[in-house]
Amino acid sequence: MIKIEGLVKKYQHKNAQNKNEWKTVVNDLNLHIEPGEIFGLLGPNGAGKTTTIRMLTMLTQATSGEIMYNGLNVKHDQEAMKALIGVVPQQINFDQDLTVGENMELHARLHHMGKENRRQRIAELLEYVELSDRVNDNVRLLSGGMKRRLLIARALIHNPKILFLDEPTVALDPQVRRRIWDLIRRMHREDVTVLLTTHYIEEAEHLCNRVAILNKGKLIALDSPKALCERVGRYVVEWDALDERDFRFFMTREAAAEFAATVDAATTIRRSNLEDVFVELTGRKVNV
Amino acid sequence: MLYDVWTVFWRDWVVLKHRMIKFILSRMVAPMLYLVAFGWGLGRSMPPIGGGSYIDFLVPGILALNSMNISFNSITPVHSERIYHKSLEEYLVAPIRPLAFIIGKILAAVLRGLISSVIIVVLAYLFGANFMITPLFVLVLIFNCIIFAEIGFGAAMTIHSYEDMGRFNTYILLPMSFLCGTFFATDKLPLAAKYFVELLPLTHTSYLLRNIGAGHDFSLLSAFVLALYMCVGLLVCIWAMRKIKE
Repeated sequence: MIKIEGLVKKYQHKNAQNKNEWKTVVNDLNLHIEPGEIFGLLGPNGAGKTTTIRMLTMLTQATSGEIMYNGLNVKHDQEAMKALIGVVPQQINFDQDLTVGENMELHARLHHMGKENRRQRIAELLEYVELSDRVNDNVRLLSGGMKRRLLIARALIHNPKILFLDEPTVALDPQVRRRIWDLIRRMHREDVTVLLTTHYIEEAEHLCNRVAILNKGKLIALDSPKALCERVGRYVVEWDALDERDFRFFMTREAAAEFAATVDAATTIRRSNLEDVFVELTGRKVNV
Repeated sequence: MLYDVWTVFWRDWVVLKHRMIKFILSRMVAPMLYLVAFGWGLGRSMPPIGGGSYIDFLVPGILALNSMNISFNSITPVHSERIYHKSLEEYLVAPIRPLAFIIGKILAAVLRGLISSVIIVVLAYLFGANFMITPLFVLVLIFNCIIFAEIGFGAAMTIHSYEDMGRFNTYILLPMSFLCGTFFATDKLPLAAKYFVELLPLTHTSYLLRNIGAGHDFSLLSAFVLALYMCVGLLVCIWAMRKIKE
């Protein structure tokens, strides 16, 4: 469904000596994502996740490399490819001068939907995200959670075959987060290919069939979430050592508890997460 | 393509409809002040220019500068849609051609420019000005709106900060409003300034509106200059749309 080959993005920036320099944000990325898959793109801030999504959604031009959806190439089939995709951006990007309904209507018109079709689809999706009664309110009046739900509903109006979600649950409370997960799972059941970026391994564990981990623009791991966590151990024991927080990985909770009992300090036993996977894979802490 | 142009225009029309009364009332303020201060105040103590009163000279100038300001400023919210709200991305990920977006936005700015021009025409007649409105007169106004909508679009797509957008108004539009044959003829300027000002599109709009409005002959060269600015402006818009993807 999605084929990415040798994808590179370089930006010009000023270095510490105030000289122009090229910075590689995405470095030779190769991915094949199967139809109907929920695929997660993980990594710390600045890893290149958003830049990758921006290239995949044709908002940013790649420096080099190939992007293909169902055999369509981004170099010459952009309009056809854009008709296939739905995009849920990281930043809430509604038209601030329009109401909820008008924002939805604009999206439907931009995707060339007929009057009756768009009326029906907008009503159906607003009902699904429980925002039907806010249709005539300006989008500014919605809460953060409502805006996130509406962003997803908007991206689904034209029945996209591929859905891109960039940090869809960042800064949301657990109830809203779970609700959005349900929405994503429903898309999966309807055979939509989903590519999402997230900071949260927990989110990836709940949702994704496979995840790719990016660090400094490079792909450093590609596997199922379970397999990734098992690489470092599913459980972590953490405790305060002399001058830093120390930790060790264990495959089972029992082994973790057994070890924790031997530590002469207050310990915490928790599931391993993205940072732990990173420590194991890169040999350092995230963003240090 | 036409449907997409209509969609982009439709969005701006919806926003304008929400604010139509506010838009009309606010557009009356500046022309009223110009007409009162320069038409009544200064104009009554000035000798007739080219066989007509100063207010007859002034109205085409006000129409030119007003249509410039309105069409430019109608399109500049695209800047905050690009930089702050990111709502421009909704168009960029949609299966529409960049040219459809450009044309739709320009047409919406032309509409706003023409609505505010109608307000000035009504006010000018109430103030006792004499001028004729012909299809050619309207066409020149449309050309002027298109040129400054294109300049506004280019600025909105390339300028990085809100402050710099304000500076564009201060350093470019404001001096043009006063110097491009709007309130006085360009031959009153020092020679070097006159030649420079005559390179600018607003000077040619003022000149064309004044001559057509008075029923005089007009220069085809001025019409050609406006057409040239319009074509170059469109190329700038297309270039600016490409640049934002880099």
